[in-house]
Amino acid sequence: MKFWSRTAAILMKDLLTEYKTKDVLTSMLLFGLLVILMFNFAFEPDADEIRQFGPGLLWMTFIFAGLLGMNRSFAAEKENDALDGLMLSPVNWSSIYLGKMLANLLFLLLAQAIILCLFSLLFNYGIWPRIGWMAAITFLGTLGFASVGTLLAAVSANTRMSEVMLPVLLVPLVLPVILGAVLATAANFAQPPEERVMFFWMQVLAAYDIIFVALPLMTFDYVLEK
Amino acid sequence: MTDDAAVVVENAEKWFGLNPALANVSLLVHPGEFVVLLGRNGAGKSTLLRVMARLVKPNRGRVRICGVDVARDPERGRERIGLVAHQTFLYPGLTARENLRLHARLHGLEGAGDRIAAALTDAGLDLSADRPVRGFSRGMQQRLAIARATLHGPELVLLDEPFTGLDLEAAELLSERLRQWAAAGRTIVMATHNLDQGLEGVTRWVLLDRGRIVTEWTGDSTAARSRYRQFLKGVPPGSEGLRN
Repeated sequence: MKFWSRTAAILMKDLLTEYKTKDVLTSMLLFGLLVILMFNFAFEPDADEIRQFGPGLLWMTFIFAGLLGMNRSFAAEKENDALDGLMLSPVNWSSIYLGKMLANLLFLLLAQAIILCLFSLLFNYGIWPRIGWMAAITFLGTLGFASVGTLLAAVSANTRMSEVMLPVLLVPLVLPVILGAVLATAANFAQPPEERVMFFWMQVLAAYDIIFVALPLMTFDYVLEK
Repeated sequence: MTDDAAVVVENAEKWFGLNPALANVSLLVHPGEFVVLLGRNGAGKSTLLRVMARLVKPNRGRVRICGVDVARDPERGRERIGLVAHQTFLYPGLTARENLRLHARLHGLEGAGDRIAAALTDAGLDLSADRPVRGFSRGMQQRLAIARATLHGPELVLLDEPFTGLDLEAAELLSERLRQWAAAGRTIVMATHNLDQGLEGVTRWVLLDRGRIVTEWTGDSTAARSRYRQFLKGVPPGSEGLRN
């Protein structure tokens, strides 16, 4: 019980801070908007081309916008050594990880929902008939990205040039997520949708998520320990 | 004997890379004692406090806080500690009240609203309670940091250079708090360079050098000041110390 109430306290703290500062969402959304706009002006693709390149474009935008958000997530904890303040509280340090990971997941999902709407609008591509499956793929992909990203943001926050270090550490580790999410999205976009392929990659994403949510929970003490 | 102690540090060693920050340090602090850690920069004072608070894990040795082995049960150990450091541990984007509310929730405090209101009044911040901490002066932030560190009523208060950067008003308030805590029998361990403020009620002085406790003594702050100055000039610790 204590674990969950303290996790909720950390999650609420991050949501409240974001509500007041809007640091994370603003940076992710601006980046996402710019990428989608640039591709739209550069290529003006037709529906077939969107089916071919859209999944990759979407997930590249999600991942790089997400990297910006992840970098911000522990930057706030470094100011005034606030993370030490959390570590001094009688909390299991795994709840610090879980609270921050859930906050990151919510910010990413919110930014992705808006980016997805912009994508549909600017490329004039109707994703709405398959939006339920798209939401499920996005959730599974983003959960894996947020779980590994939060862990590595904590690691890289203590290094010099943490903004550079995070992508260098994170992108290779989330390659299975990127691959699975792009291929599942492509299968969902296909005409007609290739449901067997989509389910296969969704299962891969789910397996990755189970492993990479559990692992940081078990190892976060070692990440924070000095 | 040591089961009743507020702090027991046994043979603690801590290395950062190849540099020893603590070398076989043992310290016993009884409940109600006010212990001051003295020493040059890099002597190991802050590391020792952080080892006590379990922010830093020693490479060797044991630490018990109010009877709790902090390696085995760090959460119960941290419930008993309040740490005031040079850094405030505050979230600048949140208001003073929100910072205290977060601390109360993390400590699972009942009736937190009243406690928070009282703490804010005590710190002289009731009129600024709903302003973001980012706009606070250094003195106001440190007053709030003290309120935060003691909101849960810790049995042991650790202070790491708490007077650094404080204006006169904030320094006087901190000195007053230290007097109150000492008079109320709260256990205090403070690392400081400042031998002019907040030293009323000190029961013991512990001198560290290069990660080791070189001597400790009792007595008032005037004698302590002159003894510490002699040490800084290179005079070896005197034989009248309790331990050499």
